[in-house]
Amino acid sequence: MYLDSGGLELLFGNERKHKVVLPARLEDGSRPNISYLLKYLVDNLMKDQRIDMFIMEDNVYVNVTLRVYSNSINDVDRRPGILVLINDADWELEGEETYELQQGDNIVFVSTLHGG
Amino acid sequence: MAPTACFDCKEARAVIIRPKNRHKLCRACFIKVFETEVHETIIGTNLFFPGERVAIGASGGKDSTVLAAVLKTLNERYNYGLDLCLLSIDEGIRGYRDDSLETVKRNAVQYEMPLDILGYSELYGWTMDQVVEQVGKKGNCTYCGVFRRQALDRGAARLGIKHVVTGHNADDVAETVMMNLLRGDLPRLSRGTSIVTSSDASDIKRSKPLKYAYEKEIVLYAHHRQLDYFTTECIYSPEAFRGSARTLIKDLEKIRPSSILDIVKSGEDMAALVPVEVRGAGKATQAGAEEESAGGCGSQNGRTSGGEMAAMEKQLTENDAAESLETEIKLPSGARVKPNRGPTGKAVKTQTIKHCERCNYISSQRICKACMLLDGLNRNRPKTAIEVGVGMEDEESSSTLMRQMERAQLSAT
Repeated sequence: MYLDSGGLELLFGNERKHKVVLPARLEDGSRPNISYLLKYLVDNLMKDQRIDMFIMEDNVYVNVTLRVYSNSINDVDRRPGILVLINDADWELEGEETYELQQGDNIVFVSTLHGG
Repeated sequence: MAPTACFDCKEARAVIIRPKNRHKLCRACFIKVFETEVHETIIGTNLFFPGERVAIGASGGKDSTVLAAVLKTLNERYNYGLDLCLLSIDEGIRGYRDDSLETVKRNAVQYEMPLDILGYSELYGWTMDQVVEQVGKKGNCTYCGVFRRQALDRGAARLGIKHVVTGHNADDVAETVMMNLLRGDLPRLSRGTSIVTSSDASDIKRSKPLKYAYEKEIVLYAHHRQLDYFTTECIYSPEAFRGSARTLIKDLEKIRPSSILDIVKSGEDMAALVPVEVRGAGKATQAGAEEESAGGCGSQNGRTSGGEMAAMEKQLTENDAAESLETEIKLPSGARVKPNRGPTGKAVKTQTIKHCERCNYISSQRICKACMLLDGLNRNRPKTAIEVGVGMEDEESSSTLMRQMERAQLSAT
């Protein structure tokens, strides 16, 4: 797990890019999908603090860009006003939560809320 | 999932689903269609004239940044002949506006537009940080809204510009329609949907070229053109009435994406049904008041919180005495009312264009609203300021106005 910027407990003023390393196979044998990534972000990134870097033998590297308020990713699937882009495409085109992450995917979370 | 081909070019990979019609488009076709639609709005409404100097109300947020980028593109592509510049208001909110202004400064370089920044501290002697320190977070949006409205006008006047464009989008307009509907505010409903809002108290025209653009598409446009914008919400913004209206339309959008444009359309159609006396009276009475404050401000949320509503109700009762107002309100649109005396011999509030006695700013009142609020601030009695400040030109007083107009209607028949 590697973070290139701190301050995640604060509002994300400008974008924050993260390289996230996930196991290619989960314990139950399935591949990590967007649901898994969301849970992962909530459990790890959002809690800020130090996350131990761990590299597993079989990994998926995903680039995550956050342009959202840190507390809003908790319910990204329920809360209106957050767009999820998978390699620049609306996640609706890619199967939403069920999209299985591929090596080097770019995932963007972007808020549509007012920011004047 | 297999890649979907673009609906328009049938070749490139679709990356966007348009909310208004569910068309799946590739990046290039989306950017093209987004720009073309804004162009059609501009042409269809004769928004600009060649050689016009236009100030873009720029906050550094997505809406105004997209507006600046699109206007620059269209101005060059279709030879509008516009002289564009950026106008920013510095409310003086540390950790919010100072950061977003940095974005605007970069935008000025990126878009090769001159930038003018006008600060609350410079204009009023108070930053919003200081205002909040004094009045607290509740109700501070009233100050900010009043101050910003005037600040944009003053900024434009300083530049000798008569047209300010703001980044209000379809979602904002739909929100405003819903709010006015929920408040039963016909005059505002009739004016809020129009692309141009000018007021009798100001010779500066306001317009919103993105009024038919979905917020979602604005964000996607910014993303796909990699525009440099600032994402955050005002740190003082509370969630109140506008916030609820917003959640409502966003929820509707989820179920039925065309809802947002449909609400805008319904707002326009209902506006056409509002009798001209109501519309006109509202306009004259509320001279200088805009339906919205400057583009993309989350801070509009708190403007009618419970406390203010209560204060308004109180105001309403007090205003019952001022029935002489009714005769004024019936006057048709654009009518200039000479200051005159009511039956009681007391000076009647009029809607004539005057200059504020304090700051000389154009105002429909003897003392402009900003000066009234400032009075209160300076006297360290913010509560009084709010009550005094809730004059006829204020949004919060709109239902007071409504009731008075209903009565005016009744007495007219």
